[in-house]
Amino acid sequence: MSEHSEHGGSTEHVVPVSTYVSVFLALIALTALTTGVAYMDLGQWNTVAALTIAVIKMLLVVLFFMHVKYAAGLTRIAILAGFFWLLIMITLTLSDELTRGWEIVSHGWGMIIPLMIRLL
Amino acid sequence: MSELAAHSAHPPGFAHQFETIAQQREAGKLGMWVFLVTEILFFGGMFTAYTVYRSLHLQAFVTGSHLLEVKFGATNTAVLIVSSLTMALAIRSAQTGKRKGQTIFWLILTMLLGATFLFLKFRFEWYHDYVDGIVPGVSWSYHGPYAPGAQLFMCFYFFMTGLHALHMVVGIGILTVLIIMTARNKFSSEYYAPLEISGLYWHFVDIVWIFLFPLLYLIGGRYLGS
Repeated sequence: MSEHSEHGGSTEHVVPVSTYVSVFLALIALTALTTGVAYMDLGQWNTVAALTIAVIKMLLVVLFFMHVKYAAGLTRIAILAGFFWLLIMITLTLSDELTRGWEIVSHGWGMIIPLMIRLL
Repeated sequence: MSELAAHSAHPPGFAHQFETIAQQREAGKLGMWVFLVTEILFFGGMFTAYTVYRSLHLQAFVTGSHLLEVKFGATNTAVLIVSSLTMALAIRSAQTGKRKGQTIFWLILTMLLGATFLFLKFRFEWYHDYVDGIVPGVSWSYHGPYAPGAQLFMCFYFFMTGLHALHMVVGIGILTVLIIMTARNKFSSEYYAPLEISGLYWHFVDIVWIFLFPLLYLIGGRYLGS
């Protein structure tokens, strides 16, 4: 896994072909899984399952195919910042959108869970 | 500069503002990732809008999702995953100093898989959507329940898959340039940054599809039957 290039000056990791093939097989298996799960009635959990599998697939691609597992700290921070800002955009948008139906303020935070479930 | 000039054997492609080729490579990758972060937020804006409208018109979005065929979405997901593997192998063969023919082979295979994705998308999805009358504003003949909301869903579908396909077309253009550069011996095991950076782009476009597939095709209550 930590095999270095033999050529001078290069600090780049050479990912073994076996790792790439394993990641590839995992991605294909997860695609089959997510497709299969979609045909099972899990109620609100269908969306959760689909998105969880998609996130796992994304992580596999990012860490191995995109070499982030072996990347410099600065690059990792830049990537994390990107996802953090995405999270801000989604969270703030939904916290507005999903709370517009509130009529009685005193129900307050107790409404958050049913409202989030409505999304699924 | 004088110190740099002393390195008589620095590899081709090494830019003079960098101390080492490794530093140049890191800078290039960071730059590409910063671009990809803007792409994350670009597609993220659409994913957010999709989520909001899905919550507002849930039944209509389920209806709309059933207008799509899972088999094509799943096949295209697999096609893109294979293309990500071949792209990674292309970079690896350049990185480990394999013959350029091997790098070119993997690059051409990646390009063909990208073209396969687009062919399936155009020929078996968009064209059929047009014929079946589920293209909003162009050809719309679906008047079943939740028709207006289903039209909204299809708008999202065409915008999201359309922008993704546009990225695929750009990716195929980039691959063409990479194949020419490899054939002209521009790369070595020391310098292959354009390959690696383009690989990041290609994998990113794959990731966008990894999210589009479940969001558009799968989460609309497929178990209910179509």
